[in-house]
Amino acid sequence: MNLESLLLMRSEIGLLAIIILLIIFEIFSNKKQKAAIIPFALILLAINTIIGFLPLDSGELFGGMFRTNALLYFFKTTLSLGVLILLLQSADWLKEKVVAENKATEFIVLILSSLLGTYFMISAGDFLMFYIGLELTTLPVAALVAYETYKRKSAEGAVKYILSSALASGASLFGISLLYATTGTIYFEAMAEILASSNLAILGMIFFFSGLAFKISLVPFHFWTADVYEGAPINVASYLSVISKGAAVVILMIILFTVFKPLIPVWTKIVYIVIIATMFVGNLFALRQQNMKRFLAYSSITQAGFILLGLLSIDQLGTATIIYFVAIYIFSNLGAFGVVQAISTASNKENMDDYEGLYRTNPKLSLVMMLALFSLAGIPPLAGFFGKFFLYAAAASKGYYIMVFIAVVNATIALYYYLLVVRAMFLRKSDHPIPYFKSGNYMRLGLLIAAIGILVIGMYSPIYEYIYSFSNVFLN
Amino acid sequence: MDILSLFVIVPIITVLALIFAKNLKQSRIVALIGMAIQFAMSINLIFAYLKERAVNTDIMVFTKDALWFQNFNIHYSIGVDAISVVMIALTSTVVLAGIFISWKINDLPKEFFVSLITLASGVFGFFISTDLFTMFVFYEIAVIPMYLLIGIWGSGPKENSAMKLTLMLMGASAVLSVGILGIYFNSNADGGPLTFNIFQIASVNIPVAAQNIFFPLVFIGFAVIGALFPFHTWSPSGHASAPTAVSMLHAGVLMKLGGYGIFRIAMYLLPLGALNWSNFFLILASFGVIYGAFGAIMQKDLKYINAYASVSHLSLVLFALLMINKIAWTGAIIQSLSHGLLTALFFALIGMVYGRTHTRELSKLGGLMKIFPFIGAFYVITGLAYLGLPGFSGFVAEMNVFVGAFQHPDMFHRILTVIVVSSIVVTSVYVLRMVGKIMMGPLTNQEHAKLPKATWYEKVGLVLLMIPVVIIGVMPLGLSEMLKASIQPFLERLL
Repeated sequence: MNLESLLLMRSEIGLLAIIILLIIFEIFSNKKQKAAIIPFALILLAINTIIGFLPLDSGELFGGMFRTNALLYFFKTTLSLGVLILLLQSADWLKEKVVAENKATEFIVLILSSLLGTYFMISAGDFLMFYIGLELTTLPVAALVAYETYKRKSAEGAVKYILSSALASGASLFGISLLYATTGTIYFEAMAEILASSNLAILGMIFFFSGLAFKISLVPFHFWTADVYEGAPINVASYLSVISKGAAVVILMIILFTVFKPLIPVWTKIVYIVIIATMFVGNLFALRQQNMKRFLAYSSITQAGFILLGLLSIDQLGTATIIYFVAIYIFSNLGAFGVVQAISTASNKENMDDYEGLYRTNPKLSLVMMLALFSLAGIPPLAGFFGKFFLYAAAASKGYYIMVFIAVVNATIALYYYLLVVRAMFLRKSDHPIPYFKSGNYMRLGLLIAAIGILVIGMYSPIYEYIYSFSNVFLN
Repeated sequence: MDILSLFVIVPIITVLALIFAKNLKQSRIVALIGMAIQFAMSINLIFAYLKERAVNTDIMVFTKDALWFQNFNIHYSIGVDAISVVMIALTSTVVLAGIFISWKINDLPKEFFVSLITLASGVFGFFISTDLFTMFVFYEIAVIPMYLLIGIWGSGPKENSAMKLTLMLMGASAVLSVGILGIYFNSNADGGPLTFNIFQIASVNIPVAAQNIFFPLVFIGFAVIGALFPFHTWSPSGHASAPTAVSMLHAGVLMKLGGYGIFRIAMYLLPLGALNWSNFFLILASFGVIYGAFGAIMQKDLKYINAYASVSHLSLVLFALLMINKIAWTGAIIQSLSHGLLTALFFALIGMVYGRTHTRELSKLGGLMKIFPFIGAFYVITGLAYLGLPGFSGFVAEMNVFVGAFQHPDMFHRILTVIVVSSIVVTSVYVLRMVGKIMMGPLTNQEHAKLPKATWYEKVGLVLLMIPVVIIGVMPLGLSEMLKASIQPFLERLL
């Protein structure tokens, strides 16, 4: 190992450097300079994201603990872009409410640390590294959920989150120890060769799976989701539903496709049932939500069910489509959460009723919201349609037509509640609509990037083809 | 730029131009210019098609193909035959007339025209596509603006009607997407590559077991928008709540996507499934014809009468398609055209009456002919054309359908035909009763005596729709010859 090979960790090193620079800035800045942390952090992260578009070799470090390849690298860049949008959308909120309390740096550093955790998690080559990444992803977020310390719900959400995460991590760890007991190794590749279908191995896999299912909030491990989202600041809820969920989906996919290859007949059955349960439960609970955060929480549970459809195909098509859909989902959900954030910052309103007549006072925000929701619902020509259709195709390619049928039924149910928001914004007229307001430039930029992503990723086919081209790395 | 892609590009440019419009005047001028260009292009397309057809014997002409998603073999591939050409002409006529009818829309005019023209671009795209995926994309683009159009500019219980309509149609298209995937993953049955291209799939022998599963999915997926009984329930409430131009466009054009899709996809790509299932769906379609007609008799609201009449007339299209022979199919397509124009006329006229009297109740209207004779006269003519008076398009269409249907030698088809023919009588009952009640007779409400006459834009809209009705009625031969040549390759798959 030489110093050059450390460059394989370019994204991680860059991110770590940013975190350290921010901390140094915090230490040496006086009170008046504190607000400058926001543009400083944004510029650094933007540079790191742009560097992420430069190509990188694939390889392994630390004896296989850390590995990287085109797929992981692409996904890290996507996550980084997602966090960049998220920070842009949070900038106003930070400026108005957090800087005064002298807590802005903490917020950014915690978010970036969690992002670093997702990097290590998806790049893991063995279960130990995976576990460290998982914890690094989770713990900063627990602090972030409790960020609005003066709110009771925020503290409640944080306690719920930390407890259920601890339980989930424990379950995962227990699963890993059982797997270690059957195979005698914790390295993914070595384990994939040895692992045979035994009861102990299956039990280990189930425990491991349930731990990750907590992170992705799959039914029946979804109970924390709505409460935590409701209690957390909006951008933290957005982070949970987008970045941390997206990363967990990808590592789940990688581990199921590689390590648990010998158990494919077992886990496809589990996934099959979990998908159906997740879609139905998420949908049925979303139907009657009034609070936009809870609403988006249940909607994101349903979306997780859709994402898992891609697991059923276990081939290049499925891998590519999952990565593609998660990327689309990041942009769509950030669009929706961004609008909720903007409205909440300006008027402190978070209920669907408050959105009535929004189009007549704030047409641009309503349009972004509509684009985001229609993309989540899978309406062409927005990106979500292509993502969903390709997920159906991935499941159908292995003959799961009944599954696809159930999924399209759920897509129609989901359309109903997305239309409820559109109804409030466009169809209704209100006596007390949210008055016209102008969001800050950061917020507008954040929403603009999300909207462009929603419009472009779907129709511009080279993006899918690019993802497809490197999606075979975990299948051999 | 090729002649067909322009049909999608012009509406998109119009929509983009509309974004910069500031008020009603600017919006309607932009919309009018865009759709007038579209209309001129569609007339041009008819002649260009006839010219091209004389030298080109392919199923589709003006074809163009561009790869879109390589991994799925999805193409943006387009082409037209006689059927798509006449459907495009119908669409552009109705849309243009719709712009005239919406001349005075005052609530959010820009958004109205944007939604209307987005919808139109989806319809045009649907009619020119020859790739299943592209077609499906355009189909959904055509459906979703309906929610805003009914929900924002509608009347009555508009929110519920809009939601019901959108969910039923999108639910159907969800079912359709399963069918499309089923076709796609069976398109390599002969060892070729997977493809979405309609004509490549048509050359593959999809196993009969798969056809039996996927035919009903595709059929129902399209038939819901074609108002097949018992999936028609979105239609009456949706049409009744929609603003005039939207009812026109929806009943006149959007519902035709159903019949067209069944003809172009369900029956063409899954012929064995079609033959196995045809009797079942035939019974549903026949029931729809009778049910719609009796439903229309029972209604007291003008829009509901017309909505049920549309259910009846569009079930007749499905009925004719399921009869699977050349004359019936020609009839089905002429019926689509004829119903598209006539129902648009009816909705336009109802809109004019309602806009003046503020009621659609049959019992509260009467003797209006003297008040606004132009509208009255058109109402009578449209009514007569609707019930199939010779000299208008309705007669040509129904004649073809029933002659074709009765050609089946077996008892089952003949009895069904006899039953369905009887709907003509019922149609006359409700049309004549409606026209007689509201136009003739004494003036029921003296307030109505002061109502204004038809304005220039209303007249233009009506005349625009009436001209093709008369042309088809007087000179049906040219049209049916043109259609028959294009029907042949599709029919051959089923014989």
